[in-house]
Amino acid sequence: MLDLKNIDAGYGAFQALFGISMQVNAGEAVAVIGANGAGKTTLMRVISGMLPASSGTMTMEGADLRTTPPHKIIELGIAHVPESRRLFPRLSVEDNLRLGAFIPSARAHFAERLDYVYGLFPRLKERRSQLAGTMSGGEQQMCAIGRALMSKPKLVLLDEPSMGLAPVIVQQVFELVRRIRSEGYTVLIVEQNVSQVLKVADRAYLLEVGRIVQSGSAAQLAASDDIRKAYMGI
Amino acid sequence: MITQKHISWAIGLAVLLVLPLIIKQIFPGTDRYYLHLVIQILIWAFIYTGWSMMGRFGLTSLGHGAFTGIGAYVTVMLWNFAGITPWIGIPVAMLVATIAGVLVGYPCFRMRITGHYFALLTLAFTEFVRLCIVGLRDWTGGSLGTQPARYGDGLSLYAMQFEPNRVLAYYIVLAIWLVGLIIWVKVDRSMDRYALDAASQDEDAAASVGINVTREKLKITALSSAMCAFGGAIYGQYQMYIGPDTIAGLGVSLNIVFAVIAGGIWSLFGPTFGAVFTQVLAETLRVGLRGSETLSKLLGQSALALDTFIYGLLLVLFIIYMPKGVVGTLAERWKRKAGP
Amino acid sequence: MFGFFSSLDCSLDVFFVEALLNGVLLAGLLALLALGLNLIFGVIDVVWICYAELVMVGMYAIFYFVQVLGLPLPLAFLMGIGLVACAGTILHYVVIRPVLDQPPINQLLVTGGVLFLLQAAATMAFGIEFRNLGIRLGSVNFGDMSFAWSRIITFAVALGAMILLWQFLTRTYIGTAIRAISQDRQIMPLMGVDQKKIYLATSAIGGGLAGLAACLMVLQYDIYPQIGLQFGPLVFMICVLGGLGNMVGGFVAAFIIAQFITIGGSCVATEWGYAIAFLFFMLVIFVRPQGLFGAKS
Repeated sequence: MLDLKNIDAGYGAFQALFGISMQVNAGEAVAVIGANGAGKTTLMRVISGMLPASSGTMTMEGADLRTTPPHKIIELGIAHVPESRRLFPRLSVEDNLRLGAFIPSARAHFAERLDYVYGLFPRLKERRSQLAGTMSGGEQQMCAIGRALMSKPKLVLLDEPSMGLAPVIVQQVFELVRRIRSEGYTVLIVEQNVSQVLKVADRAYLLEVGRIVQSGSAAQLAASDDIRKAYMGI
Repeated sequence: MITQKHISWAIGLAVLLVLPLIIKQIFPGTDRYYLHLVIQILIWAFIYTGWSMMGRFGLTSLGHGAFTGIGAYVTVMLWNFAGITPWIGIPVAMLVATIAGVLVGYPCFRMRITGHYFALLTLAFTEFVRLCIVGLRDWTGGSLGTQPARYGDGLSLYAMQFEPNRVLAYYIVLAIWLVGLIIWVKVDRSMDRYALDAASQDEDAAASVGINVTREKLKITALSSAMCAFGGAIYGQYQMYIGPDTIAGLGVSLNIVFAVIAGGIWSLFGPTFGAVFTQVLAETLRVGLRGSETLSKLLGQSALALDTFIYGLLLVLFIIYMPKGVVGTLAERWKRKAGP
Repeated sequence: MFGFFSSLDCSLDVFFVEALLNGVLLAGLLALLALGLNLIFGVIDVVWICYAELVMVGMYAIFYFVQVLGLPLPLAFLMGIGLVACAGTILHYVVIRPVLDQPPINQLLVTGGVLFLLQAAATMAFGIEFRNLGIRLGSVNFGDMSFAWSRIITFAVALGAMILLWQFLTRTYIGTAIRAISQDRQIMPLMGVDQKKIYLATSAIGGGLAGLAACLMVLQYDIYPQIGLQFGPLVFMICVLGGLGNMVGGFVAAFIIAQFITIGGSCVATEWGYAIAFLFFMLVIFVRPQGLFGAKS
């Protein structure tokens, strides 16, 4: 589904990604792990068009992502749940969800999708008129994921969903990730919390200083000694 | 040791000192007019330099029309109605302007109001001053403006009037302009300048190294408003006429900012260059367009507004295409040609 | 000096009540004007210093349509609104867009240039004489108080327009996107929202509101090129007082300021009504410079 070959990207003179090549196949959950500053969020931004790649190819089901304008990428079926949720704080939960269905193809099915998302996350329905900024971290994450699902995406990009949340909430968030996986969504998740994310993913890539240094099944990486030492404190 | 810089300064100064003679040589007969133009340029250059005291540190105020207005009107009203000589009147006016500036600035700086908000706040203040000027029409003459009462033949040390003798006026204004430059240099070399530079980049960081950001900003605001008030007062003393739209109001504020940005907001001579640019531009438009017979026939009365129209148009084009000012844009082109 | 105070004439009588109610009526128009400015600032993060001049353009256009082209008034109104809406869009596309990355002072200056330009253009096209459509709608009396129909209609229309706008902003996708964009600009493309289109739509709405204000003002006031300087700064002041970009704040601030103007104006002379309003503004700003509903930065 998603195919990156030799992607380079950076901020001005500073290069952050070097020759990234990776794939996400339909139905999979793929994790990208790495330390702070490794380039994980940069990678997400490049895929969703928030940051232009300087070289390489990037396609989604064959469509060239690099030539697609940023606001059209969602129409290709890629929904990005940004780092730190990034809900619209002074809009209600329902308005946030409504914006998730902004594109014409989603608008047509707004009522259905809304029911679907509320069915998946009943807590959101309870709080539908509440201002998004007043909810707890976990609820916000739920809303952010719900917003992404409103456009009936093929691929969901989750950018550090557990960041900034209390450990108890982190558990809940990964439960959410399992939920949407079981609903059949393909997921690309970027995470610092290695132990948790490897339990949820099928495959994983290890990103270090802008380069992919290891890849394989989640089980393989979880068993790898280097990763256990460096990232899981074992 | 005498450097090249010293020599060029000396030459420049020498030229300025004998400028009236040069003008008389080049334009015999119309030398009064050209001297008048130069005097205008120098007064406004001083005012623009005063504004740039704040402007260069990111404190872009659209309120300086209020300070020039306060400077002019307080001085003239004290003279006309209380017989107080401008030697006392001008410091009083400067004090009023400084207090007003600090009063407006204090809450803004304390609450970190910058950018659009600050500009609009100062704009509102300018309007407030203009409203007061127009409202107090029994004293100020309202929208028609007023004049300082002429003392004797108009040449008087006591009344600080010097308009009839253009050459004298020129030297007075030249001295004032030079003082303005000296003030600029002194500020530029002071610790306050570095403090304000730091604050304009990152207030939190500046505060964390012990810079009292609010106090620094207030100090520079006081200086800036005092300078502009002084400039406004001198303008009144020279022109022997002041009006709510010629020396106060939004138009004046916009002109100040335009001139400094055009001339270069960060350099010593930037505001002066801006004064040359805007004054010459306005004058050329005024004389060229209003004086033109063909245009008068074509547009009749409307020709009177054509200069403002073109001024506005040029302002728009300037900001869009040369936002770094004339000097800044030229400097960039120079760098590009010189290569990486 | 003392004549000033002896001219104070402020008993709580029927004239006071009349002034109070006139203040409410005036607030409608001011709130409409503030709404346009706040909308544009909230969404695009620029201030159109020439906003009042756009209204002036609308007024002159309506005058031209009626007096010169002989069109019926309702048609002239519709065309006027359309014209200023287009003007707003063109202003954004030609003047604002190139300077969106520049510091705020440059954005203010560039619209300042447009201010000069529009005033001069109006002078060249129509001269400096005061124009008027000569519409006399009469007034209605309640006991000793009389209210001009033009003011009542203005209030009703302004209120109606604001309610309509609110519906648009809360019930449509574009409206919701407009409300969202000021809260988080960067992620709008992730929702599939083309920022450029939102900006253009907002500029059109802002211009349309100015055009509507022009229609209402033509019923009450004379038209002359400098008219923008009369109410422009007042509208900015109202926006800042309410909290720049905050539409509810602008509404409340318009109401308060209108009361100062009309009551102050009926107690003392008209200008002083304005000056007192500004003084109140300065006092509030001294205590709360971000405005009544503004957020602290």
